[in-house]
Amino acid sequence: MLTREIPRFGSRRSYHIVERNFTVYRSQWLMLVSGFFEPLFYLLSIGIGLNHLVGNITVGGRIVTYATFVAPGMLATSAMNGAMIDSIFNTFFRLKISHAYEAVLATPLEVTDVALGEVWWALARASIYAASFITCMVLLGDSPSYWVVLCWPAAILTSLAFSCVGLAACTYIRSWQDFDLVALVQLPLFLFSATFFPISLYPKWLGVIVSFSPLYQSATLLRGFSLGQLDWMMILRATYLVAIAGAGLWLAARRFRSILLP
Amino acid sequence: MNGAHVLEANQLVKRFGDFTAVKEVSFAIDQGESFGFLGPNGAGKTSTMRMISAVSQPSSGRLSIFGLDPRTHGPEIRARLGVVPQEDTLELELSVRLNLEMFGRYFDLPRKLLRERASELLEFAQLSDRANDKVDNLSGGMKRRLTIARALINRPELLILDEPTTGLDPQARHLLWERLYRLKREGVTLIITTHYMDEAEQLCDRLVVMDHGTFVAEGAPRELIASHSTREVVELRFSTDSHEGLHDRLAPFARRVEVLPDRILLYVDEGDDTLREIHAAGIAPTSALVRRSSLEDVFLRLTGRTLVD
Repeated sequence: MLTREIPRFGSRRSYHIVERNFTVYRSQWLMLVSGFFEPLFYLLSIGIGLNHLVGNITVGGRIVTYATFVAPGMLATSAMNGAMIDSIFNTFFRLKISHAYEAVLATPLEVTDVALGEVWWALARASIYAASFITCMVLLGDSPSYWVVLCWPAAILTSLAFSCVGLAACTYIRSWQDFDLVALVQLPLFLFSATFFPISLYPKWLGVIVSFSPLYQSATLLRGFSLGQLDWMMILRATYLVAIAGAGLWLAARRFRSILLP
Repeated sequence: MNGAHVLEANQLVKRFGDFTAVKEVSFAIDQGESFGFLGPNGAGKTSTMRMISAVSQPSSGRLSIFGLDPRTHGPEIRARLGVVPQEDTLELELSVRLNLEMFGRYFDLPRKLLRERASELLEFAQLSDRANDKVDNLSGGMKRRLTIARALINRPELLILDEPTTGLDPQARHLLWERLYRLKREGVTLIITTHYMDEAEQLCDRLVVMDHGTFVAEGAPRELIASHSTREVVELRFSTDSHEGLHDRLAPFARRVEVLPDRILLYVDEGDDTLREIHAAGIAPTSALVRRSSLEDVFLRLTGRTLVD
C-alpha cells in the first residue's frame, strides 16, 4: 500500500492564490501604483528635509550624509509596512469578513497552500516596490556602493519575515478595533529600531533590546549593502530574519487550520 | 464507479470540544442518486456536509468518497466535488464571469477551457447578460445561481448543496429546482440539505431526518410519509378559545389528533369521509381543510414543534 506522503508545506497550487489576488487587484490598480510613490515620499521628506538639519553622520568610521544613512532604514521600514498591511489587513478581510478562503478550501487547495500563496503574493509585490525604492535611492545619490544591488534580496527577505509574522498575527485579530494593537507594535518598532539614527546613540542596555528587533536587523543589513560595508554579522542578521519567517509561517498555517477547518 | 457507492460513511462522529455535533451516523449514497438531509437548525447537517465535502476531518468513524479516504486524499476528492455552501462565498470585487473562471483555476483547468465553460454555465444560470457586472450588484437569487454555477466549473461527479434555496423567492427556487433536475438527469449525484419540505419531496430520491446529531428516520419521501404519518390530514378551526376540550370528542374519528393553539389536526386515511362523520356527530368547525399529508407532518412529528434556536 501507499505510504503516506511526507508532509509538505503547501504545494504548487499555492500559485493560484497569487493569481487570485492579481485578478482582484487588476481592477484596483491605483492601490498598486500608490506603492511606487511611497519611496519617493520617504526619501524626499525625511532624506532631503532632515539632511539639511542633521548634516553628516559617521557610520563604521566613514562620514556620510544623513540622507545616505537614513535611506536604507526607510527601505526597511517601507518593506515592513507593506508586508504588514498586506498580510494583516487584507488577509483578515479574506479570512473573517468575505470568507473568500472558505470557497477556496472546497477546491483541491489545502490550508497550507492558502497561507503560502499569500506569502508568495506579498513577496511578489514587495520585490517590485523594493526595486523601485532602490532605484530612487541610486538616482538621488543616496547609495555610494555597487553592493546596493544586494539590498534588493535583503529587502525581499525583510518583507518575507514581516508578512509571515503578519499572517500569523492576523489570525488573532477579532475585529477591526484590534488593528490598534497592530499599530501599537508597529510604531515603537519603527521608532526604536535605529532606522533613522545609529544604535550607538542608545545606552548599552537599550541597544541590546533593540538588537532583537527584526526591523533593526533588516535596516542594518540594508545599510551595510548600501554603504558597501560588508561583515560576517550580516549572515547572522539574514539568518535571524529567515528564522522569524519560518516561525511565522508555521504558526500561521496552524492557526489558519484551526480557524478554517474546525 | 460501476454501481459502487459514491460515498460511504460508517459510524461518523464530529466533536467540537465537549459538544458532539454528529453522533455515529452511517449511510451510503449511490451514483446518480439524490440524497437529502433534513433537520432543524443545529441538528448536525452542516457538520456532516463539511465532512463529506472533505473539508473538515471526522473526529472518529470511517468515511470513503469515490472509494478514497479524505484524510489522505483530500485534494483528489475535492477535485471531483462541487460544493454549494450555505452562505454565498463569492468574490465580491470580481465580475460574474471572473468568479467562474478564477474558481476553475483552483482546479488547475486551462484558461481557454474555462472561458468556454464559464459561457455555458452563465447560460445555465441565466446570467449571460450580467457576465461583466460586479457580483456585489446582483440580487440574492442571482448570487445563489452563480454560486451553483461556480460549483459546476469542474464538472463534478458529486454535487453537495447546503440549503441551496434558503432566502430565495418562489420564482428563483423553481428555476433552481429545474436546474438541479437537469443535473440529476445528466447523472450527477446530489446531496442536499434543506428545511423546506416541499423541496425535499421534489428533489430527493431518499432522505434522512436528522435531529440532535443522529438520524431519526430514513427512506424515500413517500415511504416516510406512509410510515410516520397518515395519507391525509384534516385541519379544523373552531370559534371557541379552548381547543383542548375538543380533543376527546374528536379522538374517535382519527388515528391521531394534534391540538395546536389555532387549529386541530386529525391524521386520517380518508379526509372527506372523516369530515362527513364529524358533521354527522353534530360537531361544527368554523373552517375545515382536507389535505394530503406532507413531509412537513413527518418532520414535525419526529423533531417536535418547539423552536430550536
